[in-house]
Amino acid sequence: MLDLSQYQSIGAALKDALEEFSSEICLIESDREREKERLTYRDFKERAHPLAKALQDAGFTPGDRASIIMTNQSKWLITAYAIFYAGGVLVPLDYKLTPDEQWHLLKHSGAKFLITEFPIWRQLSAAPDRSEATNASAVLVTEAPKNADLGEAQRWEESHGSGEPTFVPRTRKDVACIVYSSGTGGRPKGCMMTHENYLEQCVALTSIYPFSPGVRYLSILPTNHAIDFMVGFFGPFICGAAVVHLRTLRPEYVREAFAKYKITYVSLVPLVLKNLQKGLQARFDALPSGKRKILNALVAVNKALTKGQPKLGLSRRLLKQVHDPFGGELRTIIVGGAFTEPQTLQFFYDLGIPVANGYGLTEAGTAITVNDLKPFRSDTVGKPLPGMEVRIVNESADGVGEVAVRSKTIMSGYLDEPELTAETIKDGWLMTGDLGRFDATGHLQLFGRKKNMIVTEEGKNIYPEDIEAVFESLPVKEFCVFAANYIWPKRSMVGEQLLLAVHLELDQAYNEELRREISARNTKLLNYKRIHGVVLYDEDFPRTASLKIKRNALAEQIAKLDRATAFLPI
Amino acid sequence: MRTLEQTTQEVLDLASKHFNVPEGSLAPEDDFFKKLGIDSLQTLEMLSRLENHFGIELPDYEVQGVSDFRTLASRIQSRL
Repeated sequence: MLDLSQYQSIGAALKDALEEFSSEICLIESDREREKERLTYRDFKERAHPLAKALQDAGFTPGDRASIIMTNQSKWLITAYAIFYAGGVLVPLDYKLTPDEQWHLLKHSGAKFLITEFPIWRQLSAAPDRSEATNASAVLVTEAPKNADLGEAQRWEESHGSGEPTFVPRTRKDVACIVYSSGTGGRPKGCMMTHENYLEQCVALTSIYPFSPGVRYLSILPTNHAIDFMVGFFGPFICGAAVVHLRTLRPEYVREAFAKYKITYVSLVPLVLKNLQKGLQARFDALPSGKRKILNALVAVNKALTKGQPKLGLSRRLLKQVHDPFGGELRTIIVGGAFTEPQTLQFFYDLGIPVANGYGLTEAGTAITVNDLKPFRSDTVGKPLPGMEVRIVNESADGVGEVAVRSKTIMSGYLDEPELTAETIKDGWLMTGDLGRFDATGHLQLFGRKKNMIVTEEGKNIYPEDIEAVFESLPVKEFCVFAANYIWPKRSMVGEQLLLAVHLELDQAYNEELRREISARNTKLLNYKRIHGVVLYDEDFPRTASLKIKRNALAEQIAKLDRATAFLPI
Repeated sequence: MRTLEQTTQEVLDLASKHFNVPEGSLAPEDDFFKKLGIDSLQTLEMLSRLENHFGIELPDYEVQGVSDFRTLASRIQSRL
C-alpha cells in the first residue's frame, strides 16, 4: 500500500499506484457468462491517459467539474482517473435517478463535462428538463451502437488525445468530488469532499480491512455511492488489488461471480444481505433431516470457536459446503448505506462469514464507526475508526443523544448552501441527526433519527420535502410529507415509512376517489420514495410569515394523534 | 411472432405463477412493485424468468425505472 501521508491528492496517489503495481490485475469486467475485460494497472493507464488528454484538448481546465453517470464498469474508473489527472472535480451521479433528476443535479453541480453510457444518454437527451443544464458543454457517451445518432455528444471510445496529458497537482484542501447524498427534488445536497477527506478515510479503513495485490473486490453498490468509491476504487487501487465489475446484477450471476473470481471483499446494502440470508436459509431448510442436523452441529461448533474473533481458515474447513459457493476466499462482507438488523449479522457470523457493519454518512467521508470483530457484536455499529472523534450531544437520561463527529474526513460543506452547512457542521462537529449511545465497551448503538428523513434498506436517503412535488395540486386544502418516525419516534433504525399529512377542505371527506388519486400520484414516484399512508389533520398547518409550512410545529401537533388510528395505509 | 398483447399476457401469467398470485388478478397497468409487494432484487429475479421464457437477453438498463407490466412487456417485445 502506498503511504498516503505523502500525498496531496487522489490523482497523485493513483498516478503512483499505476506505476507501482503496473503488472498487477486491476479490473475485471464480466457480462453474464462472458468476461469482457481484464486490465492490468498498465492497461488502465494506457486507456486513461488518452482520455485525460482528450478532455484537456476539449478545454477541460483545473477545477472544472465533470460528471459521471454510469453503471459499475471499467470505464467509470478510467474516466474518474482521467478527471483527477487533469485536476478536475468529479461529480458522480446515481444512474438510477430519473433523467429529470439527473439534469437537475447536473445543473446544480455546475458540471462542464458529462460522461455517460448510451442507454442513459438516450433517456437524458429525450427528457423535458434537458434545457435546464446549460453548463454542460461536452458530453462523452460510452458503448453507443455504430449507427446511433448522438447529437452533439462524442463517443467515449473515440476520445483519444494525441500525446501525453499534463498532470495537474491539487492540494489536500481542494475539492475532489461533489457527492449528492440526497435531495433530488427540493434542495440538492451536494457534499463537497476534499482530497484530504478521501486520503484520510482510506488510511483509516485499510488499517482494519487491508487490501493488497491478489485481493479481489466485487463492486456491486453503485460507484457514485461513497462506499463503493472508496472500497471499490480508491482503496483497492492504492494497494494494488483488483476490482470486479458485473454488467448485470441478476442474483444468479452475482452468486456465480463469488466462486468464479474468488472474491475477497464485497459491499452490500442491507436489503441484498437479507436476500442472501433468505437464499441460504432456504437451502439449509431443504436439506434432509440428517444433513440438516449435522449442519446445525457444525454451525454450533463454529460459533463456539469463533466467539472471541473470526477464524476464517477454521470456518472454511468446518463449513465447507457453505463457504465453497462463495469462492472460499471471502474475508468479509462490508454492509453499508443503511442500518442492518442484528439477527442478519449474527446469521452470517455464525457461519464464519464476518460482516463488517458500520455506520457512516456521505458528509462524514463514508464510515464513522465500524465493527472491528474483536469480538463480533451484532447489536452495535462498532467503534469509531482511527482519527474519528465521536461524541453524543444533548443526551437524555438514558444516555441517548445526537451523534456528532469531528475528523479530517468531514466534508468541507454543501455546495452553494452556506446556511445548511452551518446547521450541519457546528464548530467543526458534524451533527449527524442520528440518535445514539456508547456502551461500556465504547461501541456505538443507534436508536433512530432526529431528522425528518428516512434511509431505505437499499441505502437511499429520502427527504420528505423532495417528494412533495408529485402531490402538487392535490384536491385538498393543504398537505405535507413526513417521515413517520419523525412524528412518532420509535427508536428504531428499520421499517421507516413516509406519510402524507392532509388537511381536507371544510366539506370534504376522505373518500375512495381521493385515496385513489393519492395512490396514483404515489406510483409516479420511484418505488423506494413512495408514501405508505395518509394522516388526516383537521386544522390549518402552522406557517411562517412567508407562508412556508413550519414542519417542526406541524409534526409536534400531529404527534398528539394516536398513530395506530391516525395512520391510514394507502 | 407474438403481438404486444400476447407478450403482455405471457408476462402477466408468468408473474402470477412466479409470485403465487391468482391468475387473472394482475393487469397490464399494474405497478408490479406495489401489486406484488416485491423489491428491486425480486424484480431482477422475475426478469431472469422472463428472459428464459422469451429466449432473449434483457440488459438491466432496459428495465431501469420501469414499474408496470405494460412497459415491461413492450421492452421485451422490442427484443423479440
